[in-house]
Amino acid sequence: MNPKRSNTIWGFVFIAPQLIGLLAFSLIPLIAAFVLSTLNWDGFGAAEFIGIDNFTYAFKNPDFQKAMTNTLYFALLTVPMGIFLALLTAVALNNVRMRVVYRLFFFMPVVTSSVAVAIVWMWLLNGDFGIINVLLKQIFGVQGPQWLTDLKLVLPSLAIVSIWKGIGFNMVLFLAGLQGISRDYYEASMIDGATKRQQFWRITLPLLSPTTLFVTIIAVIDSFKVFDTAFVMTSGGPAKASYTMVYHIYELAFKNFQFGKSSAAAVLLFVIILFFTLLQTHYSRKWVHYAD
Amino acid sequence: MNTIKLDFSKLLLHLLLIAVSAIMIAPFLWMVFSGLKDLSQIFQVPPSLFPHPWYWENIHRSLTAMPFDKAYINSAYISVSIVVGQLLTCSMAAFAFAKINFPFRNLLFILFLSMLMVPEQVTIVPLYIILKNFGWLDTHLSLIIPDSLFSAFGVFLLRQFFMGIPRDLSESAYVDGANMWTIYWRIMIPLVKPALAALSIIAFLGTWNNFFRPVIFLSTTDKYTVPLMLSTFKGLYVTDWTLMMSGSTIAVLPVLLVYLLLQRYIIEGIAMTGIKG
Repeated sequence: MNPKRSNTIWGFVFIAPQLIGLLAFSLIPLIAAFVLSTLNWDGFGAAEFIGIDNFTYAFKNPDFQKAMTNTLYFALLTVPMGIFLALLTAVALNNVRMRVVYRLFFFMPVVTSSVAVAIVWMWLLNGDFGIINVLLKQIFGVQGPQWLTDLKLVLPSLAIVSIWKGIGFNMVLFLAGLQGISRDYYEASMIDGATKRQQFWRITLPLLSPTTLFVTIIAVIDSFKVFDTAFVMTSGGPAKASYTMVYHIYELAFKNFQFGKSSAAAVLLFVIILFFTLLQTHYSRKWVHYAD
Repeated sequence: MNTIKLDFSKLLLHLLLIAVSAIMIAPFLWMVFSGLKDLSQIFQVPPSLFPHPWYWENIHRSLTAMPFDKAYINSAYISVSIVVGQLLTCSMAAFAFAKINFPFRNLLFILFLSMLMVPEQVTIVPLYIILKNFGWLDTHLSLIIPDSLFSAFGVFLLRQFFMGIPRDLSESAYVDGANMWTIYWRIMIPLVKPALAALSIIAFLGTWNNFFRPVIFLSTTDKYTVPLMLSTFKGLYVTDWTLMMSGSTIAVLPVLLVYLLLQRYIIEGIAMTGIKG
């Protein structure tokens, strides 16, 4: 057998398991999601082709609107604050002794199950008996709010939990980025008489920008996928105030068995995530600097 | 003068970092200690962190309230199966993409990469229907097989490492008469062990903590994973906070212990690859 043909056979043998997996569990489901979004189907009877009706339905559906605005609001609450705090702690930790010990604590929530995190925070944020309100009363004499049952506070509360859980992850990425900046830049700028502040704005921040872009893209995608905390802590409530896009997709499909409508919502979520990802990479040219 | 000022700012920095660290670990401490209190202690004002006396029987109570032991076994073998599956299939595909010339190689690799952009929430409904047709719903296969057979991230990560191995190594083995499988198994795999370790940790944490798929695919309590069991536990004992805290502790402790032992490798593995566990 000639080596070229042998390579072809070996190549396909080696990728076969993953290729089958890709087709069966990712590519076909992705295409199917688009197909399903044009059908009226409950998963049991016959499916009926209805074109873009599921999409027009989605935009008129108050649940969809609620889920979409909640999700966008949640992203707005978590992404900038989460990234800012992670950057701040990473910079603080970068040249500190005992960095490893601090990092150990900061990263603990990242490896913990989101369900356990949700349950513990449900208790901490309980409006009547939760330790946060008890301490507010004890120390400051203020009556704390009903964090999880107040329509206006429930999403910010979930955002706090989400930021707390994710800060260590983003911080570790920033730390890796900071370690990658050559000391030469700082030494050269010191000779030129640059202050610490100038070094931060002119060297650290620009050279960290590829990491910042990466962290931001992941953080945005992640915030659009929020589900576990809302499911466990509030069941989307009160009055759908913490009802999110993934929750909506989940409920349409697995509670109401409206597979077509659920897939239309999923396709819209996909399009939005793609849109924001492309938007960020597009605008990144203006602010991301790659060291050469 | 200058040194004193420097030390003062360092001290301030440490105080700040200690305060933030406290915020990061306080919920864990509160969870563990509240789980060992009784209800009257939990509502006691002013609150105290430590139980007095300690109600160790809470652990036994939550262990018997729900079949947590079964959930542990389920989670453990599901996660281990997926790790083993991914190590094998991802490394095979990664090796092929990095070291074998075959038609459509680049096109197929781009297809793998583009799947990184698709959140699992988007494909969950069709995946559910496919698994239903296979008769795998409410079996562990519904969790094990898809994740074992497909991880665009795993393929991408390992390919990066295979790319770094010099060509001469496999070519000289080839001249010596080794076939592709021998080159892959005997020469390449031992060289990418650090990457395999990183992938193992990430895949393990990701599947152990996964909630979205088990909550949709599993319906029989006996088959539940730890996070799913915990969420059910919450639904049943929502007012018994001591039990919920001891239940959460039971659910979290093994992963936290593993984390404390392997934290360096876990953090660095995840930092290196930039994926969420």
